[in-house]
Amino acid sequence: MSASLDADSASSSSPRPLPPSRMQHALLASVFIIASCGLAYELVAAALASYLLGDSITQFSTIIGAYLFAMGVGSWLSRYVGGNLVRRFIQIELAVGVVGGFTAVALFLAFAAQMGPFRGLLYLAVLAVGVLVGLEIPLVMRILKRDVTFKELVSQVLAVDYLGALAVSLLFPLLFVPYLGLMRTGLLFGLLNVGVAIWALALFRTELARTFGLRLVAGGCLVLLLGGLAIAGKVSSMAESWLYADEVIYTESTPYQRIVITRWHDDIRLFLNQNLQFSSQDEYRYHEALVHPGLAALPQARRILVLGGGDGFAVREILRYPQIQSVTLVDLDPAMTRMFSSVPLLTGLNGNALNDRRVTIINDDAGRWLEENADVFDFVVVDFPDPSSFALGKLYSTGFYRLLTRHLAPDGRLVVQSTSPYYARRSFWTIAVTLEAAGLKTAPYHALVPSFGEWGYVLAGQDEPALPTTYPKGLRFLTVASTPDLFHFPADMARLPVEPNRLNEQSLVRIFEQEWHGVVR
Amino acid sequence: MRRRDFLALAGLTLTGCAVDAPPPLPAGELSGGDFALGHRLALNDFPPPVATHEIPILIIGAGIAGLSAAWRLRRAGLLNQFHLLELETEPGGNSRCGENSISRYPLGAHYLPLPNLEARAVRALLSDSGVLKGNPQAEAPEYDERYLCHAPQERLYRLGAWQEGVIPHLGVSSAERKQQERFLARMESFRTAHDQQGRRAFALPAVFSSDAPEWAALDRLTMHDWMRQEGFDAPSLDWLVNYACRDDYGTDFRQVSAWAGIHYFSCRTGKGAQGASDTVLTAPEGNGWLVRSLLEQIGHPSASHETSPVLSAGSAVYALSQNAQECQVDVWQAARQQSVRYRAKHIIWAAPLHLLPRLARNLPAELAAAIAPVSYAPWLVANLSLSAPPASGAGAPLAWDNVLQKSPALGYVVATHQKIRRAPGPTVLTYYHALSEYDPATARTLLLNTTQTDWAATILADLSHAHRDIRTLVTRLDIFRHGHAMARPLPGFRDNERRHRLAKGWGRVRLAHADISGFSVFEEANYWGVRAAEEILTAHYGKHLQERLA
Repeated sequence: MSASLDADSASSSSPRPLPPSRMQHALLASVFIIASCGLAYELVAAALASYLLGDSITQFSTIIGAYLFAMGVGSWLSRYVGGNLVRRFIQIELAVGVVGGFTAVALFLAFAAQMGPFRGLLYLAVLAVGVLVGLEIPLVMRILKRDVTFKELVSQVLAVDYLGALAVSLLFPLLFVPYLGLMRTGLLFGLLNVGVAIWALALFRTELARTFGLRLVAGGCLVLLLGGLAIAGKVSSMAESWLYADEVIYTESTPYQRIVITRWHDDIRLFLNQNLQFSSQDEYRYHEALVHPGLAALPQARRILVLGGGDGFAVREILRYPQIQSVTLVDLDPAMTRMFSSVPLLTGLNGNALNDRRVTIINDDAGRWLEENADVFDFVVVDFPDPSSFALGKLYSTGFYRLLTRHLAPDGRLVVQSTSPYYARRSFWTIAVTLEAAGLKTAPYHALVPSFGEWGYVLAGQDEPALPTTYPKGLRFLTVASTPDLFHFPADMARLPVEPNRLNEQSLVRIFEQEWHGVVR
Repeated sequence: MRRRDFLALAGLTLTGCAVDAPPPLPAGELSGGDFALGHRLALNDFPPPVATHEIPILIIGAGIAGLSAAWRLRRAGLLNQFHLLELETEPGGNSRCGENSISRYPLGAHYLPLPNLEARAVRALLSDSGVLKGNPQAEAPEYDERYLCHAPQERLYRLGAWQEGVIPHLGVSSAERKQQERFLARMESFRTAHDQQGRRAFALPAVFSSDAPEWAALDRLTMHDWMRQEGFDAPSLDWLVNYACRDDYGTDFRQVSAWAGIHYFSCRTGKGAQGASDTVLTAPEGNGWLVRSLLEQIGHPSASHETSPVLSAGSAVYALSQNAQECQVDVWQAARQQSVRYRAKHIIWAAPLHLLPRLARNLPAELAAAIAPVSYAPWLVANLSLSAPPASGAGAPLAWDNVLQKSPALGYVVATHQKIRRAPGPTVLTYYHALSEYDPATARTLLLNTTQTDWAATILADLSHAHRDIRTLVTRLDIFRHGHAMARPLPGFRDNERRHRLAKGWGRVRLAHADISGFSVFEEANYWGVRAAEEILTAHYGKHLQERLA
């Protein structure tokens, strides 16, 4: 041990040189922790990116690449770090602890608050942590170099370094992520880095001239990280509620979709896979427009079929007609129909429609149900999610409408929710043309639903659908006088010459994707 | 450096599933190819017939050729005049299908391209089946869209991602792309080429093709050598052409005749109304729906029905002879453990040609010599039942036909693709392997000796390159073996004299099988079956046919 490094034993107040092997062991132990933390930050960032952005292979590989590159930059920069190496080491440890520890929290909040380009922030954070972590090992080696031969130095430091990485790589998926979650895991490793700094402060007490400032900063970092740990759970739920703008009051993941219900004062909103399905403030506009222009013109209608629409709002509108004898609701997801027939807040919204004795709920794939049943209906409401995938696109095809027509009484009508004729004009007219190609006469129309924008529907039947001359009592949106306006399309939503959506082409899915790309709903 | 490697490795292992031991291999059947019966047929070791049946027309073989012949006879009004014999327990030949609790699925051929104008019989059949609407001989008829392959049709796994279509373009250099374009343009010019008599250079059925020397010459070299001669050497193009040859002929492009290789790319001109072209007709059960329709039209109750007045399955013909008045056919009925004899005025031999010389003792030597060069590719078809479709992976979404470029096999089709379903449920994937990397005899030995477990391990290892989750999803894996699946169109297969000899038949025995064309596709089998039926109808029944389909 060189004379310049006359450090004290941590426990004794009387200055006595620390035996060289013990000092080395202490530093190597800190290398172990540093290595663990280094890997942990990398894994946290990559896992968070896959969680938020999806496509885990891309996320892991680009984040690991960026991180390793940043570590290389840090190692290279370490040549410019001079002065008291121990002091620098402690400063870097504190910085790694705070920056690395809070990365996950900050990124999660940034994503939820939709602040700026998330990917940019993500890689910025990864680069910052990587550079700081890259500085660590070269500095430790330079500190140790004073006492240990190069050969031994490299073998010891790198061996312990890899060991630390191994420990975390095993514990991360088995212990940390399942029990602590990503935010707490990040904060915990931040604390470990700060712990190393504090330990080093004690270990090198005599070698450092003024330590008050450093101790103060270290204490501050410690408090900050502990505070972060305490509120991590709250931050997580806060972030999810930001994602949905309002307070999340119910969430459920089913095999088919993620259901989220939010509330802000009187406004209850339903999101399926983050797409808004309704806002209780204006859903009456959507559902009155969906059901009544067709059904009010069919006084003979007795048997009604609803495809999709597990929220029960369309059924609520249908039940306004006293002559209706049966409503068959076919919705894929049992969780949806269960929620909307049992949760009081929701049954309050749909007027407990799903528990009406005239209503039969069937949880099945609409295509299969139509193939396997022979029932015929006077009015069919088709309320599927927009055609955003090939599987959904099939439900807007000539093949599907031909299948559906077999379930339609000769004087029956069907109505299809048909996305927005304003935002997705070609998609809307493709749906109308598809119904026509399936042999039906159509009457396309639209209505303004503030939370959606201008929304479109297509009414269809074996013969030209007529307009209603009367509506049931209690409607808030539709009037007989204003109904013809719904069927009039201004120039910017007027009919376009498009091809029908045939099963062997599925043109609608591509058109829909192009049109909604870049439109923020 | 090592630390970095380690970090990268640690990170990457986390992206996959947990590092668990792989689940056990799925159970399943190993079926197809009754090798014991084949052996017994070779020995001709059967008891004498216990009964004799008389029938004017006996059709031997109830694959597409035999069923098409019966359909043509029935269509001309013949009732109780013909009977079909099938060696296997179910009719359908290469177009047979299976079914489990999830879906029907193919055991062999799985699609039919929209038929050309010259494929009159195929069009008439599709019209009779109700799938082609309106005038069957129209330029672009309307087809029932339930049978048109739904989009997306094909994708290719290449360089770790899925691309749309099977022509490689992902990561392909512009020079290679130019070569691909030049190749496809060349194929397009072959597609439209006609000789002075107006015959297409490459027609389908192939019998309508020109025999002008400039195109006949292409049958003297392999597809591979022709490509090199024309300066086509891009690796991605080699792969594509070899894939096509393996897919349609079960044979490597280094062995396939250039005429056949070009025929694959140039023969199809079929169009459909409403934008349907470049597409195929398919169903969950592959071409099994065509077998079902044919059986229905000739009056056989169903494929699983063994005998009816029109068809007897499980009937192995072991001797065939003829004299000036009639033919005599001895048949072993395995289910009843007895032999019976058929006496018929006419025979349509609609079974693979290589079997004929074995049972027909007095077959003329020159006919046997014309049959001898036919060589057959064996096929392996595996049906994988899955609890859910595999994760789509990076790039293009799951299609009907999914091809892995770096695989000795041909990829898989999805049985539930044609269903209108919103939620992905359990499905069946049909995986094809032509075993073209071996010579046919070696491949047949391999087919005979490999266990279901070994096939399952090999197939799942192949698919797991693109689908890391396949082992956890597969619940069953059934293997179906075709020992002599299809004739291989090797250089010289278009020899005029030989083809004419085969088409001429043998007295009262008419040959009707895709083997006469030298390659196994639906249109060829259908053509020869219909042609044999029409010859009998006109020559012996005095029928004036309203329209000739062949």
